[in-house]
Amino acid sequence: MTQALIKLSVVPDAANEVAAPPVANVSVLTPAAAPVTVSTVAAAPRPGIQWSQLARQFAGWFLPPMFGLLLFGALWALVSQQSDGLPGPISTWHSAVALFSDPFYNNGPNDQGIGWNILSSLQRVGLGFGMAALIGIPLGFIIGRFQFMSRMVAPVISLLRPVSPLAWLPIGLLVFKAADPAAIWVIFISAIWPMIINTAVGVSKVPQDYMNVARVLKLSEWKIFTRILFPSVLPYMMTGVRLSIGVAWLVIVAAEMLTGGVGIGFWVWDEWNNLNVEHIIIAIFVVGIVGLLLEQGLLLIARRFSYE
Amino acid sequence: MHKYVELENVNMVFHTKQGRFEALRNINLQVKQGEFVSIIGHSGCGKSTVLNLIAGLLQPTDGLLFCAGREIAGPGPERAVVFQNHSLLPWLSCFENVYLAVERVFSASESKAQMRARTSAVLELVGLSHAAEKRPGEISGGMKQRVGIARALAMEPKVLLLDEPFGALDALTRAHLQDELMGIMAKSGCTAVMVTHDVDEAVLLSDRIVMMTNGPAATIGEILEVDLQRPRQRLALAEDPHYNHLRSEVLKFLHERHAKAA
Repeated sequence: MTQALIKLSVVPDAANEVAAPPVANVSVLTPAAAPVTVSTVAAAPRPGIQWSQLARQFAGWFLPPMFGLLLFGALWALVSQQSDGLPGPISTWHSAVALFSDPFYNNGPNDQGIGWNILSSLQRVGLGFGMAALIGIPLGFIIGRFQFMSRMVAPVISLLRPVSPLAWLPIGLLVFKAADPAAIWVIFISAIWPMIINTAVGVSKVPQDYMNVARVLKLSEWKIFTRILFPSVLPYMMTGVRLSIGVAWLVIVAAEMLTGGVGIGFWVWDEWNNLNVEHIIIAIFVVGIVGLLLEQGLLLIARRFSYE
Repeated sequence: MHKYVELENVNMVFHTKQGRFEALRNINLQVKQGEFVSIIGHSGCGKSTVLNLIAGLLQPTDGLLFCAGREIAGPGPERAVVFQNHSLLPWLSCFENVYLAVERVFSASESKAQMRARTSAVLELVGLSHAAEKRPGEISGGMKQRVGIARALAMEPKVLLLDEPFGALDALTRAHLQDELMGIMAKSGCTAVMVTHDVDEAVLLSDRIVMMTNGPAATIGEILEVDLQRPRQRLALAEDPHYNHLRSEVLKFLHERHAKAA
């Protein structure tokens, strides 16, 4: 069925190619007539087969991940039965239900609902990541476009990029004299590198053919940017953005553990002090799920912008 | 005007990682206004380099290049290039690809509506009105190359430069586009320089054929005058003894006097 559809979409195109020129004679027009009859035959659906095929496709798509999750749950239950501190899936589930039934309570700065914690972590990541994007992406374009700039900043980038994100925290605390901006600073500094580097690589990978077009047309630097550089670099840039947001979300838990306040990282540490292990496991799942959603959301945006 | 495009003692040396490479030595060529000149030679003989020099994409190591009495200092829209691999921007529709060029040349003197009309007209000229809103990824190779030609023509260039424009196409599509190009050139009266390695194409389309020796240090070996009547008909020419004579002249140059060691 799918094969027939692909063929059909190709055939009229080829027919157009032959029939397009105004001087085309009658004999070349005949191929256009033939595929039309074919299409009516192939397009006739057979509903019985289609349903069972759909069901099989759904099963193939749905079952393997389900098996994986079930296996993971079973292993977890097995391990938790052997150990005396680790709660199993069932007790964690009950704890999660209780926790999420009231996610937005507020009993002072050290006791807030899980919803507030997630939101304030997301806010820090959003701020740090947003500033990193605002600076990193234009910087990437400049580095990619001008050889001099690239040579100039290369040593600084290579030196700073491998530094562990948390090593930046004391500098942030020193400069900003407060925990919250320091955490945002750590997000910023660890999220900026993938965006700079991927954008710069994207710019240097713009096909020379396109740049030759720009040169022959003598396009202005602005037109070169909007019509050639930006669309061409966009896929690379989106890869950088995805890597960055992944890093930012990884780092936030560690940063908040150290800085305190409200946030999922601080919450984990707080629950460890309360010895509420169920909540720590819930936090791990929450961090994982939010990270997954961020990644999928960006993939969706990236797909929206792809031109092929 | 007698010498519309002129190359005077042009030398081209590339400095590559393997060292100095002398691509062209002592190229002298004059192209008259309205003339169609083909440059033919074995691959690697530097014929594309000659075209890029006229386009201004490369600067000669030595020598002078003129177009319409002015020295060629860099690329510019008055010397439009049809690239071998069409070089259309894949994120723009065919219309937008052509419009980008139109806008660059005419935005100072024409309104948006006029420029849009100009773009539509040139797409119609190459028979692609129906595909104007399609993106390059959605059309065939022959159609892409037609958009490339449309983009170049839309700039109303003084000189049209074609870099193996039909090299990547199948024989039937190529023949078809050659016929169309002949019609378009007759209508526009544009000066053209084309690089090709196809002997039939060169004889069919050109007023003169510039035959290049093999590189390194390639130069112009001979120039063949193609004095066939226009308009030319592909089928009629196949039987024409003079056409076949010209064709064999080019073949002799390429395969007897300057055979390429494989």
